Amino acid sequence: MKYETVIGIEVHVELNTKTKMFCRCSADYFGKEPNTHTCPVCLGLPGSLPIINEEAIKKCIQIGLALGCTISSKSLFERKNYFYPDLPKGYQISQYRWPLCIKGELKLDSGKVIRVNRAHQEEDTAKLTHQGGESLIDFNRSSVPLVEVVTEPDFSSSEEVREYAQKLQQIFRYLGVSNADMERGDMRLEANVSVRPEGQTELPPYRVELKNINSFRFMVAAIEYEVKRQIEAHEKGEKLSQETRGWNEDKKETYLQRSKEEAHDYRYFPEPDLPELKNMDQIKVDLPELPSKKTERFVSDYELNKQQVGILVESIEMADYFEKVVEAGKQNNVTPVQIANYIVNKKVDLSVDPKQIINDIQDKTSNLISDDAEFEKLAKQAIEENQKSADDFRAGKENAIQALIGGVMRLSKGKADAAQTVKILRKLLE
Amino acid sequence: MKIDVKRVAKLASLPLSEAEEEKYSKQLSKILDYIEQLNEVDTLDVEPTFNVTGLSNAMREDQVGDCTIPQEEAISNAPVKKDGFIVTKGVFNE
Repeated sequence: MKYETVIGIEVHVELNTKTKMFCRCSADYFGKEPNTHTCPVCLGLPGSLPIINEEAIKKCIQIGLALGCTISSKSLFERKNYFYPDLPKGYQISQYRWPLCIKGELKLDSGKVIRVNRAHQEEDTAKLTHQGGESLIDFNRSSVPLVEVVTEPDFSSSEEVREYAQKLQQIFRYLGVSNADMERGDMRLEANVSVRPEGQTELPPYRVELKNINSFRFMVAAIEYEVKRQIEAHEKGEKLSQETRGWNEDKKETYLQRSKEEAHDYRYFPEPDLPELKNMDQIKVDLPELPSKKTERFVSDYELNKQQVGILVESIEMADYFEKVVEAGKQNNVTPVQIANYIVNKKVDLSVDPKQIINDIQDKTSNLISDDAEFEKLAKQAIEENQKSADDFRAGKENAIQALIGGVMRLSKGKADAAQTVKILRKLLE
Repeated sequence: MKIDVKRVAKLASLPLSEAEEEKYSKQLSKILDYIEQLNEVDTLDVEPTFNVTGLSNAMREDQVGDCTIPQEEAISNAPVKKDGFIVTKGVFNE
């Protein structure tokens, strides 16, 4: 039997605000001494009260808008109740029934549209380090603003997942809302993977959640392994169940982390300590030109090919730099295509003065043929085409060489250095 | 109204003896019956109230404040600590 893969993706991204989501502790915790960025609020001590970080809300709205979401006029936080050592309050302040951003989409290069169900605001948990049978807790990360972007189960391959995740990462960086570094854990992927017989329209009765995977490459490998494992189980007539699995890079296989026999019951209820958010759709936020728009514009305005543009728009800094050089090239008739070729081929460092790039390109264009063999070939061709002048020169008519020089210039389209031409012609005519 | 005490206790991470299960099952059912009376009020056209302060959009600027406490104080209530971390039973070897 043939099977098809059904995948939905949840992405968590840590926002780069100065402070945490609900208190004024610094959110710049990475690499800091453990438990030095905490206060009664983010430690979940009794009697402490959260206050919403407005900047985080704005960044969440930016993400929502970049994904074409509708911003909910009214939005509420809720408590998601569960017990885990990384969760000091016994609940995470998250959003459930009233997420800030709903129903967006992201288009893949193939034109396939991945539907985004929601982008909501929540808080991060503490960081656990597992060591010799015990777990060490560092609450510095507790309550750092986190946005969760959830898709519909629209992916049918690991490649689509990779492209989506990379595009999303690029959007986060364009917006400047997060470093979105996966290794540091700024951006985390979770994939819900299941397989069903080809042609079946309803979703499979189970799904396997792949979690705690910290690179695009490992996620792709984990999904591919998982699809194979599940198809084999189906073929053997085994029943697959709801569970959470991690990735073992050494063994190149997924492994069971938690089985979810009973359905989760987080007993969500509205957070009584946080008043509701109103008229959120009226909040003004700036959006930069996003990668997809920029790509279209670069292709049509500068007549570049898509592959080149892909490299040029990789980061907003690179794209801005390219356009600065284009601007600088206008007065010197250096075309965007020349500039794009130069920047892409030479992997130009962005600290180089755009004018310098233009100079280099011009030098290169007027650049004298440096390859001796090529030079000699052109000179020989010029002589062959004008045997009479060559004979005249040999016969002592010094002036006859001018015609031959002209021939080399014409053949090289002006890229031959005059002095060098004379030298080579003389050598050949001796 | 019947209540699944076992499940509620599990979700709340409360260990209950059988006697307690029996006892709380009765008590919780009674509480639910009492609350049930509210259903007699017609609330069809009433907006649910989640917050009684009447406030909205209570937000703050993104500026670091002086709420942060020192490490010793942050972990002072933990029974086991090591190198500034709080130590707990390994979560993966339960």
